[in-house]
Amino acid sequence: MPPAGTPATTEATIEAGRIRRNWLLAAPALALLLIGASGPLLIVLVYSFLEPGDYSGVIWKFTPRAWFEIFLKRDIFDGTLGVADAHLTIFWRSVRLSLLTTLITILLGFPTAWFIATRPRSQRALWLFLITIPFWTNLLIRTFAIMEVIRNQGVLNTVLLQAGLIAEPIQILYTDTAVLIGMTYVYLPLMVLPLYAAIDRFDFRLAEAGYDLYASRLQVLRRVILPLVRPGLIAGSILVFVPSLGAYVTPRVLGGGKNMMIGNFIELQFGQGRNWPLGAALSMLLLLIVMAALLVYVRVSGRENPHG
Amino acid sequence: MAERRPFSVTRLPGFTAIALVTFALLYAPIVTLVAYSFNGSESIAVWGGFSWRWYGIAWQNTAVQEATVRSLVIATAAAAIAGTVATLAALGTTRTDRFRGRTLIYVLVNQPLMVPEIVTAVALLIFFSGIRLATGYAGLGYLILAHSAFCVPFAYLPIRARLEGMDLSLETAASDLYADRFQTFRHVTLPLMAPGIVAGVMLAFIISLDDVVITEFVKSAGQDTLPTYMLGQLRRAVTPEVNAISTALLALTVLLLTMFFLLTRKRD
Amino acid sequence: MVPPSLQPAAGPSETPRIAVEARNASKAFGQGDALTRALDDVSVAIRKGEFFTLLGPSGCGKTTLLRLIAGFDTPTGGSILLNGRDITADPPNRRPVNTVFQSYALFPHLTVLQNIRFGLDMLGRKRAEADARAAEMLALVRLEGFASRRTAQLSGGQQQRVALARALAPEPEVLLLDEPLSALDLKLRKEMQRELKRLQRETGITFVFVTHDQEEALTMSDRIGVMQGGRILQIGPPREIYNQPANRFVADFIGETNFLDGEVGAIAGDTATIELAAGSVTVRSAGLDRGQKVTLAIRPEQVRIGEAEGLPAVVTGNVYFGTDTHCHLELSGGAGVVARLQSAADDATPLGEGTAVRVSFTPGSVQVLAD
Repeated sequence: MPPAGTPATTEATIEAGRIRRNWLLAAPALALLLIGASGPLLIVLVYSFLEPGDYSGVIWKFTPRAWFEIFLKRDIFDGTLGVADAHLTIFWRSVRLSLLTTLITILLGFPTAWFIATRPRSQRALWLFLITIPFWTNLLIRTFAIMEVIRNQGVLNTVLLQAGLIAEPIQILYTDTAVLIGMTYVYLPLMVLPLYAAIDRFDFRLAEAGYDLYASRLQVLRRVILPLVRPGLIAGSILVFVPSLGAYVTPRVLGGGKNMMIGNFIELQFGQGRNWPLGAALSMLLLLIVMAALLVYVRVSGRENPHG
Repeated sequence: MAERRPFSVTRLPGFTAIALVTFALLYAPIVTLVAYSFNGSESIAVWGGFSWRWYGIAWQNTAVQEATVRSLVIATAAAAIAGTVATLAALGTTRTDRFRGRTLIYVLVNQPLMVPEIVTAVALLIFFSGIRLATGYAGLGYLILAHSAFCVPFAYLPIRARLEGMDLSLETAASDLYADRFQTFRHVTLPLMAPGIVAGVMLAFIISLDDVVITEFVKSAGQDTLPTYMLGQLRRAVTPEVNAISTALLALTVLLLTMFFLLTRKRD
Repeated sequence: MVPPSLQPAAGPSETPRIAVEARNASKAFGQGDALTRALDDVSVAIRKGEFFTLLGPSGCGKTTLLRLIAGFDTPTGGSILLNGRDITADPPNRRPVNTVFQSYALFPHLTVLQNIRFGLDMLGRKRAEADARAAEMLALVRLEGFASRRTAQLSGGQQQRVALARALAPEPEVLLLDEPLSALDLKLRKEMQRELKRLQRETGITFVFVTHDQEEALTMSDRIGVMQGGRILQIGPPREIYNQPANRFVADFIGETNFLDGEVGAIAGDTATIELAAGSVTVRSAGLDRGQKVTLAIRPEQVRIGEAEGLPAVVTGNVYFGTDTHCHLELSGGAGVVARLQSAADDATPLGEGTAVRVSFTPGSVQVLAD
């Protein structure tokens, strides 16, 4: 037999070949994603540092102006700088509605997830299926369904009117409340599913131990159950908060033209005669916030299950 | 003596009630939407008896017809492309020792799940409008490319899960029983990962069919898909025609999902 | 120095034909400081048609050796020979060797029959021929009615039989079995032990069986190779391994053994006196030098309890096992000894704790192990 080199080098050659094979297999997916998703994000970053064109598009001149414009505006009469309060209103609405959405989905989602996880094994798949159907249903359809319910001639108002509880229809559609109801409805399954996964892993003998040691139901919930399902709670909160913050369809359909969120405001910048660099800067800001939230999640969940 | 029920460790007061109300709230709007698609009346507000009328109107609407065909063409192409590249990527990233760059591949493949859709939509708008200006091409290619890209993680995750659950010794056993590498892939690996591939392609199909935001930004004039057509309609006076289209789409989604569940449940 | 039992074994009259052989086979994982030698310069020759068992604790290298023979791993040194031909570089699909996996590794997407036919199909056998052979295999493992079942519908024992039939169908030169019985419960395991023995007799195929269960090894094997730390410590028939263990590890790993430390005293002709703390014992003198430190290994069933002669001892307790009773004794120097007393024997009545007795050993049963 010819000397095949030392064992270490043959192993290394085999290993190198395996890694090359892995990269080749992943290459088409990476190429597709680089062209169709990740790469263009870099263009947005570049655009956020350019000057806006007269009617649309950009002028290729470097300036950080768009980033300042997010928070500051120049007075058209005396040219002094002031706070861009219209922008801040939109940001505040986005953050407030997203946080409220997260909170309400927790309040509804936790008991729901608990309920599913405590069904007999045979029934569980069915209940989960009932949660996943809305989850996979077109977001626009679900938003439209809510619109049907809350509009002035919609089911809710009709029922209330006929019951004599109200004299004239309540205006819900095209208010912040409508957006909140819509987002809660649309993103609720994203809260239930990770919570269910966490509760499903929960060892009920620990709750038994809690009761055995004289804890009340509330104390068991607070001192035993909640700390142990915390990773699911955090995952669900991130999964709801992140798309809420970037929501576009729901505020557009339910909020009307006035009650914009960041997503709609970004879109507005890309219309005719608008400010592309500002839109680009806003997109990057939104991306940064979302990445920060995800990073926090990775940190927290990494600390809570170091082995998983 | 409030509580005389036998003690149960899984019971928390009020939870069952909240859960059942939640399920009711989850389904009430959908049921309403479906019910009104069968409304014979002209207006959404008045119930005019059961009728297939709006399905007929939607069916004969050429704009709806074109949008439906376009949606199906894009979803089919995107699911096929995403399914293919995701299968290859899953083969390259599972059942192998950790290697430099694997995390990078994970991050890139799952990127569409993390970046807000509106940001990707804006990025593609800028990118594709530049290409359109330079080449003059304004076909469906942009939409298919965009849809294929954001469908990749949805196709990748079930395929990867399937591969990771697969016993490595099965392939060893095949090689022990005289199968060469190609035969092992053809007779053992591929049939075993097939349910994952089918599931992934189906998810990709649903996701593509449902997309609103990216399509709205990427489409050229006259390239409405079913969802963007509906979004346009919602700005005007809404007729039950939109309910009929929604119900049809809903039915298709439920059908695909049921198949998906049956496929993934037969895992053992 | 190689102990005599490690020499390539030769029969009394004719040289037995060798089916598979490992020559100085080594397998190391990792590099530098993290280097572990799973197999360290192992040589073993397995005879045609024998039931050979690799026995050792987990991590001793027995499965590694099996994987080298099957071709799943490549040795980092040495070679593997099949019928005298070097097959070290052949991939597993080119080796006429089949494996019964510990997890069975039955293809879940194929039926029982398709599983059994798999190897024959890959070898390009004709359909009719493969079907006939597979049917024959089903009959051999007594699963005639199960051909079209999915493997997931079978019990553990049935899956085991399918795995056997699948590996035997291509008529391999050597059948490798990697702890195939470890997943079964005790009763089923005993049944399968007999079944395996029957299959080996009926097919005449060379079996290489890996186990950590010494009882399994003793009852089934023609020869056993005891492994530890990536090396083979002793090769021999079960009786030889049990009665003449080559070293303390083998004696300790296989069966129960009393160890007594001592020193070689007077040597007279072919007998030597070993001085122990409790007294002296006479053994054969072969290979011993005066003053040498040694360990005596005595099986519990070779320990005799009497009153007249032997080493003085005190009974410290009795443990009842049904067929026999273990009598724990303390020799006068403090060393502990266990004696196994058969329940059916005349003197089955246990001795009370604290009873002063004399302990002696069956002549020729004491193994002297050099330290």
